[in-house]
Amino acid sequence: MNISQPHADDLLRPLAPQVVGVLTRRFGDFGAAEDAVQEALLDALAQWPAEGVPDNPKGWLVQVASRRMIEQVRGEQARRRREELVAARAPAGHSTSPAADRAHETDGDDTLVMLFLSCHPALTPASAIALTLRAVGGLTTAEIGKAFMVPEATMAQRISRAKQRIRASGVPFRMPEPQERRARLASVLHVLYLIFNEGYAASGGLGLHRVELSREAIRLARTLHRLLPGDCEAAGLLALMLLTDARRPARTGPGGVPVPLAEQDRSLWDREAIAEGTALLTAALRRGAAGPYQIQAAIAAVHDEAATAEETDWPQILALYGLLERMSPNPMVSLNRAVAAAMVHGPAAGLALLEPLADGPLAGHHRLHTARAHLLEMAGDIAAAVEDYRAAAGRTAAVPERDYLIMRAARLAARR
Amino acid sequence: MKYMLLMQFGPQSGIASVDTWSPEDIKAHVEFMHDVNRGLVEAGEFVDAQGLAMPDQARIVRAGEGGVPVVTDGPFPETKEFLVGYWIVDCEGPERAYELAGHISAAPGLNGEPLNMPIEVRQVMAGPPQEL
Repeated sequence: MNISQPHADDLLRPLAPQVVGVLTRRFGDFGAAEDAVQEALLDALAQWPAEGVPDNPKGWLVQVASRRMIEQVRGEQARRRREELVAARAPAGHSTSPAADRAHETDGDDTLVMLFLSCHPALTPASAIALTLRAVGGLTTAEIGKAFMVPEATMAQRISRAKQRIRASGVPFRMPEPQERRARLASVLHVLYLIFNEGYAASGGLGLHRVELSREAIRLARTLHRLLPGDCEAAGLLALMLLTDARRPARTGPGGVPVPLAEQDRSLWDREAIAEGTALLTAALRRGAAGPYQIQAAIAAVHDEAATAEETDWPQILALYGLLERMSPNPMVSLNRAVAAAMVHGPAAGLALLEPLADGPLAGHHRLHTARAHLLEMAGDIAAAVEDYRAAAGRTAAVPERDYLIMRAARLAARR
Repeated sequence: MKYMLLMQFGPQSGIASVDTWSPEDIKAHVEFMHDVNRGLVEAGEFVDAQGLAMPDQARIVRAGEGGVPVVTDGPFPETKEFLVGYWIVDCEGPERAYELAGHISAAPGLNGEPLNMPIEVRQVMAGPPQEL
């Protein structure tokens, strides 16, 4: 084995959706093809590191996965014969389906089709995420299970049910029609965004075994951007991820305790990621009307550009949140706009904007308590700030965040 | 053998509310808990550990007419012991589980004094069935 060869994993994973595409067109069954490719990936992960990467990795995977698939079909047929049932359908017959020979289908198209299928709006977010990570991301079921801290068998079942649902909804294995493409792309972007956030927030449990979901989301968003270079929101989403992830090294202290933006050591920020994200965003914004992901990326870019917290261009951030709020109204955006307003016009202005949110869907939400606590602290109302920090601590579902909030309350209380 | 170590609080546990602790007390407590988990992982005994959200968000659910869930508030923290978190460890036997529970029980609290909080040790029914 040549050690200068790329890691088997990095080579394998982009091939996964391409191989599923080939098999789905050859055998006409997405669900079974996806299972067979998963088996082939596991074979490759077991064999390639020891025996070396084959000359034609994709051909190898297609061959092994096809064999797996045929074995599976034969096994099923044998079982049916044993049960003295007449096979109602002959899966091999699907190999002559017209799609199999369409020459214009490229590997990139297959990856895109797979993304559209795995992020189908008929699926719940949790199952779309799982299926996307496996069918498009090429992760193993065990890895996905670990990332979400559920047993492998549970994750396998979630993926299998997602595929059943796709089959039941009758979505064909091809590019969505032009008229529905926009809505379908929106759900692809949303699923990738959720994967990124899951990794970025790393909210669950102790975070002892989490794979890098954010890195995986960035890889998938990069693929999507490469396949749809003209789509500004795909570029915006990738830029948002890069500009946010750039702050990761400074985001947490010892024990995973969060460090607020204003207190982060900015020398730890990833300059390369910031440069790449900014360039992507600039190019996308130049092409015309900006969408919500581009606006969010622009906000992240303004933060990233400030050499110190004090130098942050808050008026620009406030304007961008105003734009975002009009474009896609959502209480979390309103909350962020209130914080930005406080930074520009003083804490009273921010607190006034937070007030109506207490009657909406954010009522009792830890983020609302945290934001109000920060603004009350700015306003010098220490007693009320302590109370809100404690309320937030009692409501967050993240242990490191709870520890941070309790600590913040204790520090303020001690100062009084 | 697997054991579940349950950390419970209640009015009778006589432990000062975390709201009265100093920042240093909190820091020491949080670091202690991180060390506990790291130690369990390093010893190959860690299975799972979870903290639970505060009991004011707990709900009691019973099936009502036609299996429709009937949701009520509670258990109330002022009237009951409530579970705040647990560990599942896979260790040699009960003595080791007691040793771990004793160590966790002495986590530092107010003024860095050991809390000596009650830790309930329960065996998880995960053993292989014996031939009878």
